[in-house]
Amino acid sequence: MSETSQAGARIMGATGIASGLGDQGARETAAIVAVALLVIGGAELLLRLFQVPQYILPAPSAIAGVFVSHEIPTILQHYAYTLVELLAGYAIGASIGLALAAVITQFPFVEKVITPYILLLVTTPMLALVPLLILNFGFGFTPRIIAVALASGPMVMINAATGFRRVDTMKIALARSCGASTLQIFTKIRIPMAMPMVIVGLMIGAIFGMITAVGAEMSGGGFGLGSRLTTYSSTLRMPEFFACIVILAVTGITIYAFFFWLGKRLAGWES
Amino acid sequence: MQQTMGKALNVRGATKTYRTQSGEVHALKDVDLTVRQGEFIAVVGPSGCGKTTLLWSIAGLHRLTSGAIALGEEWITGPHPSIGMMFQEANLLPWRTVRKNIDLPFEIRGHRPEEARIQTLLQRVGLDGFGDKMPRELSGGMQQRASIVRALASDPSVLLMDEPFGALDAFTRDEMNKLVEEIWLEARKTVILITHSIAEAVFLADKVYIMSARPGRIARVVDIPFPRPRSLDLMETREFFDLVNRIKHDIQHQPAALPAMARSGATS
Repeated sequence: MSETSQAGARIMGATGIASGLGDQGARETAAIVAVALLVIGGAELLLRLFQVPQYILPAPSAIAGVFVSHEIPTILQHYAYTLVELLAGYAIGASIGLALAAVITQFPFVEKVITPYILLLVTTPMLALVPLLILNFGFGFTPRIIAVALASGPMVMINAATGFRRVDTMKIALARSCGASTLQIFTKIRIPMAMPMVIVGLMIGAIFGMITAVGAEMSGGGFGLGSRLTTYSSTLRMPEFFACIVILAVTGITIYAFFFWLGKRLAGWES
Repeated sequence: MQQTMGKALNVRGATKTYRTQSGEVHALKDVDLTVRQGEFIAVVGPSGCGKTTLLWSIAGLHRLTSGAIALGEEWITGPHPSIGMMFQEANLLPWRTVRKNIDLPFEIRGHRPEEARIQTLLQRVGLDGFGDKMPRELSGGMQQRASIVRALASDPSVLLMDEPFGALDAFTRDEMNKLVEEIWLEARKTVILITHSIAEAVFLADKVYIMSARPGRIARVVDIPFPRPRSLDLMETREFFDLVNRIKHDIQHQPAALPAMARSGATS
């Protein structure tokens, strides 16, 4: 038991769920803010000092300016498309991934047969399939949602499966000694045991989903934040380009923070 | 035979054979055991003698290859609501609070937890007010106290204890042994204790069953004569010390004397 939980804790630690973003004291918060100001201020200063042209690297102030410019409604509109693709694709991918992980880990033989294909899906960059998907499904939302589902699902699955594979004979015996059915053992023992890894999988899946959504948008279709990135970079509108990057970074951090919070709530017992 | 056997626990010809790559392993061979209602017995023996297999079979967690187990008139073929079990190292679910751990058996059976009984037990073991704590917030001894409450909350008539205090330090272990005796004297459950500690077995049990390994069988039964309640001071006495040593000696020198003793011992 302690071995598996340590392994779980290590994985959580490695992906950063157990570190960073914790409860910091006031002094730590102050230090974090100070460093952030120093980095942003330093960048601003250096870029101005050496008169770096905006098309090479815009100053933080220029990027911030975009957020109060006329361009921002357009950017947000495209951001909304990206979010729709991400949420739809992720909902499909993550639920299939979770269900598959929960079921196949109960049947070791089935798992052995299926795992190579899941690994294939995990290692294949789904972005490579986007042109093919566009060919089949046109330039609308469909190919992007499929790409997001294909990118996030296997990630969720492979991590969740690791969680569901954790067996603690003593805990299962405990439930059985009380007369638990297979379903009760699943809901009361296996799912809680798998939870830390399930959450790690959901987080990695969401982040992969976002990357894939933006990448798919860059392959064509003319809408979504990814297509904005292509447009702005080809027209050398670097402040707008970086404003989009900032939005994506904030989205990624939000995803991370959400799953960190979820992990603390649902799997806090392990850290 | 006794007039009132009550719900005695009977094990007859229990045999359990595992098939491994290197052949058959006889974890249990023809084990006979009778535990009267309200009797406290302990089973000791070398590692791998099958004592845990025996206990898990009584708990309905293992199927016997042959033989039968009965509680009163009822055959035990699977987990039985009148049989409670305490596991090694408390075995609390780390994602549940102490109270939720205690509620687990009720949840599984679809019953409402017996509030008054649980409160009394929590007070009895000194865990009053600890219901909302997570297991990792408790010491090993406290975790085992919670596990006692979980095993007794649904008022089973038989309590099986699978080396419950093996991981505790010596002082905590003594403390737990005292607590177990007190609770047993109050509730008079039928108890089967599996332990590595001969001193623990002698201190707690009415009878100590000595098992031998390969094949696992009952080699001898030793009646423990000490009156109850037993105080921890008993462990310091000459008589206690001698009895523990005799049993230790029996475990170390058993193979030759085995077959005859197994028969006479188990049916006495």
